[in-house]
Amino acid sequence: MNMRSENFTMAPRQTSRNASGNTHASAPAKLSVQDLNFYYGSFQAIKNVSMEIPAHQVTAYIGPSGCGKSTLLRCFNRMHDLYPGLKTEGGILLDGQDIHASGVDINLLRARIGMVFQKPTPFPMSVYDNIAFGVKLYERLSRRDMDERVEWALKKAALWNEVKDKLKTNGQALSGGQQQRLCIARTIAVKPEVILLDEPTSALDPISTGYIEDLIHELKTEYTIVIVTHNMQQAARVSDITAFMYLGELIECGHTDQIFTDPEKKQTEDYITGRYG
Amino acid sequence: MNPVYRRRRMTNRIIMMASLLASAFGVIWLFLILLTLVTKGVPALSLDVFTERTRMSGGGLGNAILGSLIMTALATVGGTIIGIAAGTWLAEYGGRSRLANLIRFINDVLLSAPSIIIGLYIYAVVVLPMGHFSGWAGVAALMVIIIPVVIRSTEDMLLLVPNSLREAAAALGAHRWLIVLRVCYSGARAGITTGVLLGCARISGETAPLLFTALNTNQWNFFNMGSEMPNLPMVLYQNMTINSFIPAQVALAWAGALILTAAVLILNILARVSAARSQK
Repeated sequence: MNMRSENFTMAPRQTSRNASGNTHASAPAKLSVQDLNFYYGSFQAIKNVSMEIPAHQVTAYIGPSGCGKSTLLRCFNRMHDLYPGLKTEGGILLDGQDIHASGVDINLLRARIGMVFQKPTPFPMSVYDNIAFGVKLYERLSRRDMDERVEWALKKAALWNEVKDKLKTNGQALSGGQQQRLCIARTIAVKPEVILLDEPTSALDPISTGYIEDLIHELKTEYTIVIVTHNMQQAARVSDITAFMYLGELIECGHTDQIFTDPEKKQTEDYITGRYG
Repeated sequence: MNPVYRRRRMTNRIIMMASLLASAFGVIWLFLILLTLVTKGVPALSLDVFTERTRMSGGGLGNAILGSLIMTALATVGGTIIGIAAGTWLAEYGGRSRLANLIRFINDVLLSAPSIIIGLYIYAVVVLPMGHFSGWAGVAALMVIIIPVVIRSTEDMLLLVPNSLREAAAALGAHRWLIVLRVCYSGARAGITTGVLLGCARISGETAPLLFTALNTNQWNFFNMGSEMPNLPMVLYQNMTINSFIPAQVALAWAGALILTAAVLILNILARVSAARSQK
């Protein structure tokens, strides 16, 4: 609790709201969800969720299909703003600052909170341009600096060795696993603070999945990572914090070891041991 | 052999034969048209056809070819700009709103409107107030024909760009206009190009709308868009009907028909090639 209040006083736009909910994190909160409700029209997809996402750790959301985990993830970068008829209530604080505050520029917010989707989404342009696209939105780099940035991002995403000779080929011509790493590289290239991963490996084979899981381990030293996954083993392998959601509610959130070995709630235990979903 | 299977196989063969015959019947006419054009047009082809202007005796088609090229090119450029802009609005911004649906409906009507009606309309709103036929009126009529084609193909192609790409670009913090410009157009470029080329092929052979607007002239009318413009389709019509008693004029018309068909064919092939190339 102490860490968190410190973090709040350091934040530029401090809100007087008090965060409630489960805190198991030892690191300071990067994202803080406060009494969040979300509606698709009249359907309430997220019910009163409050939790903290610690910096430089991997937080995993697990739960059966339709439990609201992807919906919650998409709240973090305000992806829902793209569509009409969706409503968010409650607050999400990034470094103590409300992301829904009127002064927040949504595009700058999204540059700070990157996202990788379930299906790989390379743009219909070259590998190089795929990565340069996001960088060019915020920085004016010389040709050489841009080359360096592209190389840096591709190396970080463990893709450089495979594509260094085909930077000019269309990104959509890569294999599925390579495409997903390209998307991760594209996200990293913008140098965000938080990376949201929405079931990033569900469309990939085990080898590509292994690459990406290793990558997640690498990346957490510099970024805060939030991952939604259907695969409980994956959550156990990659995450520090695991949150279990069911029917739009956050049932339990805690250290991954504890959630998987000694969950507090019976629902969590039932899900983990395969009694639902 | 199993009787049920045997019957199914028989039915399959009969239907296959019927489909084959039907497509052969359709394609045969196309080949006959091409054959006629080549046999009658090739003998009349010569350098003079391209360099001489139309005259009552002798002469060529140079001015008509040039006039057609100018009007088709201007109409295609103008129609592409307006059509892409409108198609983009429909696909990316209009959505299912009432205004967008109205525009879509009007566009569909325009797409199938008889071209002579479009010529008549331009005659009423451009030619009559100006007091004379002009190349600009011809361009306007051709534009009205090509715009709906481009709008339709732009909208259809943009809708084929998966929404996940727009989301991915938005997640990087790109503004909406930039997403459309850089991501959506990259994905739809080939399809839109195909649509423009097909539209261009369509207007290059239109006659009815030019009848009321650009009319025709036997002068070289280099870029003098304010007066009547010579054009290939009208020359064909005049040489085959009014001047049909002069064999040389009829032969020239066949040469013109061949040139026009070749141009349309080339545009169609270009469209196919550009579409196929982008599939890779």
